[in-house]
Amino acid sequence: MKIGAPKEVGQGESRVAMTPDSALQLQKLGYDCAIETGAGLAAGFSDALYEEAGVEIIKTPAGLWKAVDIIAKVRPPTETEAKRLKHGQLLISFFYPGQNEALMELARSKGASVIAMDMVPRISRAQKMDALSSMANIAGYRAVIEAGNNFGRFFTGQVTAAGKVPPAKVLVVGAGVAGLAAIGTATSLGAITYAFDVRPEVAEQIESMGAEFVFLEFEESGQDSSSTGGYAAPSSPEFREKQLEKFRELAPEMDIVITTALIPGRDAPVLWTRDMVEMMKPGSVIVDLAAERGGNCELTEKDEKIVSDNGVTIIGYTDFPSRMAAQSSTLYSTNIRHMMTDLTPEKDGQVKHDMEDDVIRGATAVHDGEITFPPPPPKVAAIAAAPRKEAAKELTPEEKRAQELAAFKAQTKRQVTLLAVGAALVLGVGLIPGMPASFMQHFIVFVLSVFIGFQVIWNVAHSLHTPLMAVTNAISSIIILGALIQIGSSSVLITILGALGIFMASVNIFGGFLVTRRMLAMFQKS
Amino acid sequence: MENAFTIAAYVVAGILFILSLGGLSGQESAKRAVWYGIAGMAIAVLATIIGPGAGLWVVSIVLIAAGAAVGYQLATKVEMTQMPELVAIMHSLVGLAAVFVGFNADIMINYIGNIYEAEGLVMGAVGEDGVTAIGLPREIYEGLSSFAQLIAKKSTVEIGILRVELVLGIWIGAVTFTGSVIAYAKLAGGSSLLPFQVDTGARQLPGGHLLNAAAAGLSVLLLVVYLSTGGSWALVLLALAGLFIGYHLIMGIGGADMPVVVSMLNSYSGWAAAAIGFSLGNDLLIVVGALVGSSGAILSYIMCKAMNRSFVSVILGGFGGTSGPAQEIEGEQIAIDADGVASALNEADSIIIIPGYGMAVAQAQQAVSELTRKLRAQGKTVRFAIHPVAGRLPGHMNVLLAEAKVPYDIVLEMDEINDDFPNTDVAIVIGSNDIVNPAAQDDPNSPIAGMPVLECWKAKQVFVSKRGQGTGYSGIENPLFFKENTRMFYGDAKASLDNLLPKIG
Repeated sequence: MKIGAPKEVGQGESRVAMTPDSALQLQKLGYDCAIETGAGLAAGFSDALYEEAGVEIIKTPAGLWKAVDIIAKVRPPTETEAKRLKHGQLLISFFYPGQNEALMELARSKGASVIAMDMVPRISRAQKMDALSSMANIAGYRAVIEAGNNFGRFFTGQVTAAGKVPPAKVLVVGAGVAGLAAIGTATSLGAITYAFDVRPEVAEQIESMGAEFVFLEFEESGQDSSSTGGYAAPSSPEFREKQLEKFRELAPEMDIVITTALIPGRDAPVLWTRDMVEMMKPGSVIVDLAAERGGNCELTEKDEKIVSDNGVTIIGYTDFPSRMAAQSSTLYSTNIRHMMTDLTPEKDGQVKHDMEDDVIRGATAVHDGEITFPPPPPKVAAIAAAPRKEAAKELTPEEKRAQELAAFKAQTKRQVTLLAVGAALVLGVGLIPGMPASFMQHFIVFVLSVFIGFQVIWNVAHSLHTPLMAVTNAISSIIILGALIQIGSSSVLITILGALGIFMASVNIFGGFLVTRRMLAMFQKS
Repeated sequence: MENAFTIAAYVVAGILFILSLGGLSGQESAKRAVWYGIAGMAIAVLATIIGPGAGLWVVSIVLIAAGAAVGYQLATKVEMTQMPELVAIMHSLVGLAAVFVGFNADIMINYIGNIYEAEGLVMGAVGEDGVTAIGLPREIYEGLSSFAQLIAKKSTVEIGILRVELVLGIWIGAVTFTGSVIAYAKLAGGSSLLPFQVDTGARQLPGGHLLNAAAAGLSVLLLVVYLSTGGSWALVLLALAGLFIGYHLIMGIGGADMPVVVSMLNSYSGWAAAAIGFSLGNDLLIVVGALVGSSGAILSYIMCKAMNRSFVSVILGGFGGTSGPAQEIEGEQIAIDADGVASALNEADSIIIIPGYGMAVAQAQQAVSELTRKLRAQGKTVRFAIHPVAGRLPGHMNVLLAEAKVPYDIVLEMDEINDDFPNTDVAIVIGSNDIVNPAAQDDPNSPIAGMPVLECWKAKQVFVSKRGQGTGYSGIENPLFFKENTRMFYGDAKASLDNLLPKIG
């Protein structure tokens, strides 16, 4: 079968769904590759590079759409493009089936199949084809770079001969993939980075990237994102109020604010209000990664860079990935290539559209003349449920002391009881009428030895339990003394049994000690 | 019978033995401690041979030398993975020796009794004070061996006590003997040197523990008979009953409970020695027997605690029944290949390896050591987490890892390392199952609920090296294998690691 990538027709779109590298990999799967002339030019891949990789160059879009069995695209098809779909053709691209029902219907009527790269379920196995994440990663990075471009100072604090420069303070709202990428970029540029998210379980990830988690004290204790596939859900009005209050507190200090808060299937929540912008210092920068859905900042204008009355720059671009076309084309084409690998289990260049497969099923929007969106929930949960943390109660010093005292008392009680029982038993043995003193002498030795044994053995290291068994084995052969005393007897039977006893015990003595030495010699310190 | 010098030597030997056990508290002091034990044994044996009473010392020395040769062979040939078997079979020798020495004491009592009768006297008759035995005329007494002299001096009461003691010695010795032989056969499996094969599963004759109880009851009955008649036939039957109990009790216990069984037998061999010490009036035997007995008892206690089971339930065999339906396990077992494991390991900073009996079975400890060396050479933190009942002998894993030259200071106990799992990038489970089962904590209905386990699932990623999808010894599903951060690395542990090694670095 043949895979083709047309030139993107969207305004300002520089990405391409197939690079020369990914074409080579696709050919290994058994596919022929084709590309519309000049498709990769904006991303830095010339036709010559494609030809070198064995890709057929097709002059016109119509020709390409006609010639190939599988279309790989970045943006959802325009109506013109969708009309070119033919029966049995497979389209792989971002599709946003939730918002593009007419387009979906059009594809269905044409008899084509559609795999929406934005619908790939968020499970571990599908990470390699999660194009939303790879694009969000780029957007997060680029957001910081854009902010730096419009910010008049250093990110990192410096003490120079010409004076001291304070470090920039960056606040990242929403710690999804884009947010985490932004945190990483900002901290590595040297900024002091703060981050906020409604999902408390991401605090650890935020801190691992080097930012400080902005902690919100609220009884509802945030959300458990495991039930929503790793995405945030809308929060209650009280929680929102609390959150805005916190932001108002932070706004005057922040030099750069990057907002990435999105809720699936809804408009972006407004988190950075007009009054917060007014509180910020002149020269500060806001980058709104949610501009596509209306923006997290009240003043954001989609696809525009504006400057507020008090001199705060607000960037509302929606094409961050496209601004880094070479990088994003490489990642996106790799995502597509992984999708093709899953679609081609036999590596024979034939697509096997397995609707039982969680990932393929989830991403498929149209198949076999039917609309298959929305997909059923995947069989495997995206993220393990965060265990409800029960905060260990901080003990006051008094409570601690009381606890120690109670433990000490319990221990004393136990010890005294044991001693009393033990003493009573020993005394009881001594009180048995007619108990000869000769026996009691040995008995005392026995009791004391057991006592010493217990004291000594508790200190033996766990790792030395096997040597302990071997050495106790060797010394329990002290029974040889009994046999040695008896062997000199006048009775033949006694002598024979004694001799056997001596032999067996000495096997044990030598075997036990030698093997213990062998084992102990092996224990080495690093 | 003993002169002052012999007793003095025994004191020195006793102290050396105590130091020898106490020195095992650390790896370095242990190397010194084993010499204390050797010195103590040498002093005790020499003092007994040169002391009064021990005849036939040429024969004795020849026998000791022969025993030494056999012991040397055993100790140098044994593989470290076979250590549980060796320890078990050596226990059986102590048990058998105790039986022989006990019978000798009985024979000697009868022999002295005959002398008394020939002289027209009554054995054990007491003099005017009512305590001291009258004993034999001086010329006959001096002609006796020292052991015979000891018995000849005893009063009736003392002889009665002596008989109880030697019955205990013989009976415990007999139980230890057959029990250890069966434990050996179970541990050795196919490589057993015995003429018969023993199934490692729990097998019992029809009647189960009733048979054991019956044999124990019979033993008590025989003890009474023996005390009242002094007939040696009762003693022989008693020994047979002990042999049966040892055999049948251990047959009913499965292979994975062997850590408890072996330490229990270790304890018994000590008590047998102590009982014989009482009957011979030898304090050193009593001291050492008590030391060994308490050591084995503590080891059994530690093992049982690590399984959250009572000693009785281990000995009587089988896990407690489930108290309700097991928790549903969701998700699937996801396999991974060596490349995947290698790339995760190459990226990880901290790694914890959890070895189990499967590592010993696959003889994979060298490969594990090599993996550790390579990862540490890259500056990664590699540590080992050892569960107390991992393997078939207390401390089994430690010895195997030490043999493979894994430094002991990175091999940690469960309590030392369990809190570190959340900060660990990769946990590797090699051939262990129940000791890493989260059901012990999460599922109150699980048969192993409450057993302390290694919380490896808290690590960022877990790899489980395992032969197939089967369950562990206890037959329970392990939810760990179905967790989102767990990947199954199927295959024989050694083969899998050998595959993995070239890809590291």
